[in-house]
Amino acid sequence: MNIILVGCGKVGNALVKILYDEGHNITVIDTNSNKINQITEEIDVMGIVGNGSSISVLEEADFENADVLIAVTGSDELNLLCCMFAKKAGHCRCVARVRNPIYSQEIEFIKQQLGISTIINPELATARELSRVLRFPSASHIDTFADGKVRLIKFELKDAYGFDRMPLKDISDKYGCDVLICAVERGHEVIIPDGNFVLNVNDIVTVIATKENAVEYFKKLHLQVAPVKNSLIVGGGAIAYYLAKDLLQHNINVKIIERDMERCEYLAELLPDATIIHGDGTDRQLLTTEGIEDAESLVALTDLDEENMMLSMYAKKQGVNTRISKINRFEFDELLDELDIGKVVFPKHLTCDFILQYIRALQNEKGSNVKTLYQILDNRVEVVEFSVAEESEVTDIPLSELQLKPNQLICCITRGDQVIIPRGKNMIKVGDTVIVVSLNHGLNDLNDIVAD
Amino acid sequence: MNLSIVFYILGKVVLCEGFLLALPLIVSIIYKEPVTISAFVITILICVAVGLLCMVRKPKNRVFNIKEGFLVTALSWIVISILGCIPFILTGVLTSPVSALFETVSGFTTTGASVITDLDIVPKGILFWRSLTHWIGGMGVLVFVLMLKAPSGGSDTNLMKAESPGPQVEKLVPKLQVTAKILYGIYFGLTILETVLLLLGKLPLFDALTLSFGTAGTGGFGIRNDSIASYSSYIQWVIGIFMVLYGINFTFYFLLLIRKPKKAFSMEEVRAYLIIIACAVLIIMFDMRDRIPVIWDNLRYAFFQVGAVITTTGYATADFNNWNMVSRTVLVLLMFIGACAGSTGGGIKVSRILIIWRTVKKEIKQFIHPNRVGKVTLNDKTVAHEVVRSVNVFVMAYLFILALSVVLISVDGYDFTTNFTAIVSALNNIGPGLELVGPAGNFAHFSAFSKIVLMFDMLAGRLEIFPLLVLFRRETWRKF
Repeated sequence: MNIILVGCGKVGNALVKILYDEGHNITVIDTNSNKINQITEEIDVMGIVGNGSSISVLEEADFENADVLIAVTGSDELNLLCCMFAKKAGHCRCVARVRNPIYSQEIEFIKQQLGISTIINPELATARELSRVLRFPSASHIDTFADGKVRLIKFELKDAYGFDRMPLKDISDKYGCDVLICAVERGHEVIIPDGNFVLNVNDIVTVIATKENAVEYFKKLHLQVAPVKNSLIVGGGAIAYYLAKDLLQHNINVKIIERDMERCEYLAELLPDATIIHGDGTDRQLLTTEGIEDAESLVALTDLDEENMMLSMYAKKQGVNTRISKINRFEFDELLDELDIGKVVFPKHLTCDFILQYIRALQNEKGSNVKTLYQILDNRVEVVEFSVAEESEVTDIPLSELQLKPNQLICCITRGDQVIIPRGKNMIKVGDTVIVVSLNHGLNDLNDIVAD
Repeated sequence: MNLSIVFYILGKVVLCEGFLLALPLIVSIIYKEPVTISAFVITILICVAVGLLCMVRKPKNRVFNIKEGFLVTALSWIVISILGCIPFILTGVLTSPVSALFETVSGFTTTGASVITDLDIVPKGILFWRSLTHWIGGMGVLVFVLMLKAPSGGSDTNLMKAESPGPQVEKLVPKLQVTAKILYGIYFGLTILETVLLLLGKLPLFDALTLSFGTAGTGGFGIRNDSIASYSSYIQWVIGIFMVLYGINFTFYFLLLIRKPKKAFSMEEVRAYLIIIACAVLIIMFDMRDRIPVIWDNLRYAFFQVGAVITTTGYATADFNNWNMVSRTVLVLLMFIGACAGSTGGGIKVSRILIIWRTVKKEIKQFIHPNRVGKVTLNDKTVAHEVVRSVNVFVMAYLFILALSVVLISVDGYDFTTNFTAIVSALNNIGPGLELVGPAGNFAHFSAFSKIVLMFDMLAGRLEIFPLLVLFRRETWRKF
């Protein structure tokens, strides 16, 4: 596809790299010539220095023939303006990043009036992700599939639970849960396990299950499944606001510590049910007074990555179980694994992922039967949702008789309202939706998974 | 320094050359020239062997930086010239290796300066190969390889940057490989068009092809001793017009192809280029009005020669060495200007001249209003300060090399005009100069040392100096 990307900040940069690897033709626009030089030297894209909301610049980027325009500059208004012009004068789909909470309340209106296809609010997306994890604290990451019916849950195996002596095929018999382990990260390696695979302690396991089954399964593993009862949020920015709002709706107590008095007053007005504390979140005395020892979770959302990491480590010392820190820079993300700072969210990553999913879905619209496509575990694993439209060599055969290519796994079949975690005797039928996990990128058709 | 990727790409370039050598082989088979056939077969085998040897070790790290880009470009041009000169030696057309190398470098750099004294006795296969080197060198060997090879991400830009002429690399579309394909598509299309038009002028296919190759690469190797002079005036007009067309920035044709003629004709460089041609033609016509009284002949000679010199092709329809002083001086000045950036021509390039012209203008205004803030523009866009600086540095380096080379070849003891125009013509990839190296003369009489200096200048001119100079820095070869 021909993609125009306006704004070469961190998100823009990360997006360009991934989109380029997926084979798109990309033109980047930024007002800063240094950024354009840097990116065109590194990646095979066309760079244009200029303001993305100017028609002559857009013309130079050949927006009449573009399929998608992505606006991720630092300014909401500029992003909206770019999209509006591109939409009115060209025929492309538009994706804009809009983060001002005032606009987010009117997002549907803006989308309709300006004809923008998708608007991403990074803070809102981050808050939703945080809220999901706080409500299911054992997981380190949760994705939803099949219109929310199926969940992909990632967690670290901290204790062996006897798993380390048992091949996977026996585990489900022993625990009797309809849960499927679909990917395992061991060190720097990602494995799609088969029935004879044996787990180790410290493996990071991704399972697929319905929400109810997942709860049951985690209970049997003696992992915490109940939502946290309260949450201490340090830093009262936009993410904190959205998160607090979401948590309060789920009856979770929220305490926000914020340094700026004006912001505190604003938050107090918007969130009457939350406790807003005015003070420095890195003040030890204040944290103790506000009962960090009794907090079930701590979310560090200040503007400084270092402060967030430090807070999280301190919270661990104080016995807080669930700790999440927000990290803005992701250049050195692999270093974070070595520090004990609990879970980490990258708002910029989330923005990227969201836009990527949109682009991939757009691409899939053209002729293939892929419904959704996710890339998980640092984009090394693809999770593809296929809809089965017609009979083929994979339908009406017991799965145990299908010869799949290596590193692929059929991990879920949805038939109407029924979610089936497949075993050898199950069959794929016409009309089903099938989720496949694969290490090979670029699956286009369900028939591709069968070995020749 | 990632030497393994440098060798890997070098291997690919050499394999490509071996593949292209099959074309003259076919020609010599058609003309039944047994010695030439065996010469080409041996050269192809050597190319394949060298190419495969270079590619034996697959590089682990496929990324390369600007340094590797420069290095691989400079080395490729040197290596293909060394391999490309083998047929000349094996067939005995040129016995001395230095002369053979000179002829090949002159071919690949699209200079067209020859050391062969009598073309009538040269086998057809060799003549075809000589002209084909122009065609290959015109658009660039690495651009050709880029078009064929699997893309390796952004680092390919570094190859294109090192090989493409002009102050800035322009991509036509986001993907480099597609850009390379479009460029070669336009190049191919123009070459075929010219060949067909020449065939319509009742030229034999062999002549039509070789002359189009020479025009396309703005090279200038002829297949007759008097270059183009003995062809009909129709042929001269076709070649003259096509020379001017190849000197135009290829972005112009791309814009025409995607139906943006307004944008195409607003390209300042193309306009300036056409205006310079028109002025030069008028001056020469006026200057020569007494010697060539028929106005159409006068126009044809003046237009052909101006086109041949400004595009750095170097074909000749007349011995302009005998022309009047004003005409000769204008022609020498045109040698410096050269064609447009992004064309197949050489020289300093019209866009650089425009940038320098405007910088000078800006500086003069600065003298009058010391606090004035001004910017240099091209195509209604501000030229970044870095680009202006790199243009200035380019011209300085160019003049240094020019001066030093003139001193070095003066050892041979020829007159100043010969030495000076020989270097100017080599550095700008033109071919003929004045006096002894004029259209009627050639470069055979220079000593081996002078030929080496001239070869260096030709390569420096074609690769726009810096990739070649990078070879001589110790840092280039260091790991860190």
